[in-house]
Amino acid sequence: MNYEALRQFADSWGLLFMALLWLGFALWTFRPGARHHHDDAAQMIFREHETGGKDGLGEQDNG
Amino acid sequence: MDNLVFRAGGWLALAALAFMAMALAADGGFAVHMGIITIACLIVLWVTVSKADYGAIARGIIKSPADPGIYDDEPIRWGVIATLFWGMAGFAVGLYIALQLAFPVLNLGLEYTTFGRLRPLHTSAVIFAFGGNALIATSFYIVQRTCRARLAFPGLARFVFWGYQLFIVLAATGYLLGVTQSKEYAEPEWYVDLWLTIVWVSYAVVFIGTIVKRSEPHIYVANWFFLSFILTVAMLHLVNGLAMPVSLLGAKSYSAFAGVQDALTQWWYGHNAVGFFLTAGFLGMMYYFVPKQAERPVYSYRLSIIHFWSLIFLYIWAGPHHLHYTALPDWAQTLGMVFSVILWMPSWGGMINGLMTLNGAWEKIRTDPIIRMMVIALAFYGMSTFEGPMMSIKAVNSLSHYTDWTIGHVHSGALGWNGMITFAALYYLVPRLWGRQRLYSLRMVNWHFWLATFGIVLYAASMWVAGIMQGLMWREYGADGYLVYSFSEVVSAMLPMYLIRALGGLMYLAGAAIMVYNVWMTVAGKLREEKAMTETPHNEAADKPIVAQPAE
Repeated sequence: MNYEALRQFADSWGLLFMALLWLGFALWTFRPGARHHHDDAAQMIFREHETGGKDGLGEQDNG
Repeated sequence: MDNLVFRAGGWLALAALAFMAMALAADGGFAVHMGIITIACLIVLWVTVSKADYGAIARGIIKSPADPGIYDDEPIRWGVIATLFWGMAGFAVGLYIALQLAFPVLNLGLEYTTFGRLRPLHTSAVIFAFGGNALIATSFYIVQRTCRARLAFPGLARFVFWGYQLFIVLAATGYLLGVTQSKEYAEPEWYVDLWLTIVWVSYAVVFIGTIVKRSEPHIYVANWFFLSFILTVAMLHLVNGLAMPVSLLGAKSYSAFAGVQDALTQWWYGHNAVGFFLTAGFLGMMYYFVPKQAERPVYSYRLSIIHFWSLIFLYIWAGPHHLHYTALPDWAQTLGMVFSVILWMPSWGGMINGLMTLNGAWEKIRTDPIIRMMVIALAFYGMSTFEGPMMSIKAVNSLSHYTDWTIGHVHSGALGWNGMITFAALYYLVPRLWGRQRLYSLRMVNWHFWLATFGIVLYAASMWVAGIMQGLMWREYGADGYLVYSFSEVVSAMLPMYLIRALGGLMYLAGAAIMVYNVWMTVAGKLREEKAMTETPHNEAADKPIVAQPAE
């Protein structure tokens, strides 16, 4: 495959492929039921550690 | 015992090999580097064979808490100290070379201390030593907490830390000795590149291994950013570092690419070092430490995912904007410009996401100097990701390119975004890592904040003025078609701006020095007696029920 052919592939099908891939990833976050999953993920860093350990800070523990 | 003999013998053999390479070296720089490697092997040999428990000694020196904790935090403590150490070194060299530009006599007439050699020392010290250590330490901290798993391969994690320090020492001494492959932000020569590859792959193994053994089903978004940073930097480093050494016992090598391909590969590397080292990695810090310090979840988790994918898909194409008006094909320049401009959107999405995390808790900006640092970091992230796309537009670039405006832009991003978010993360980490109730002093954090902020403002503003003046003077034609100003006239016109820039750097360095003292005292277990940052006033007179007044 020479330079011209590679370039033409990159700026047509390659570009389309990448754009669709991005669109897929972006739209996937808007799927029904994702909200609960995202809220849960956002709160995850604040949950107590199941192992019962602490975050390091004695009195301000919020891990 | 056999195992010990085998290991000790291996280190001795390596030391002997490095020593022979030193003796047979084709050039002085390579000889010095092999000498350093010999010493490093001998130190490891000594640690291997002597009976002393160096782990315990190290824990004693840095005053690690007696309770080892449920997570493997020892390499993170070292990482925090290394970050501060290299930060001070990098900032100090930066101030020195800023003064060199104002007072050339500071080049000292020695090849080792010229601006050309100290400048890569400064950039690598702040980006790779300060920033890199901060990234490794915070990523190890965050990946353990968000995966609820101890670090995978603890021995390898320690190798990553020490191996990375060796890389820094080799790179830094190489610059002073003139060992360079002359690629910006990728100056180390082939053998140092190979060493970094080993260290970096180990880093990836530890990080991915920890994710694999996680007990939390979801991989928190900060880890996505860290993972993309680790993988992309590995890819960039491998491709841009492709080179053929002239001799296996010499420092010099030639790039696998030539001419414009070499330039494009370099700036594909260079800009994505900004995009994935200085942006994605630090966003990983942001998405963990900002919510934790604000004690609120990130404003929109969905936006953080879209921020991630957009950044990943767009950044990789923006590099050609470093090569506007060069031999690079026009279409490639335009492509770089277009992607740079589009990149503005996800960047601001991320900034808004970080800032809005404080929604409903805005008073923390007044009461919590660490939050204040995070907010200014995000503000500078937003500002430099607006300025960058603007400067990538060809018409703007024709004025800004090769001027000090570029330097100002880089520093508003580096000092404002990378520096401030790192300081905030370290202030968050230190009391937790050392099991202290709080930092030694919050008021000192406040001092650090204001010194650093004023320093950045002086730096960025003076470089805007210097850069635009420089660009306009360079392009000014007289009526008869000749350039109006000679190059030296432009240089001398910039002296006042250079002095202001150096003052800004001094303030930034002073703020960092206050931080070192504050962290030192926190680690020592001291608490400063000081007035609280905020007090809720109590008005005795108003503190009573409203008494109904009888009608007149």
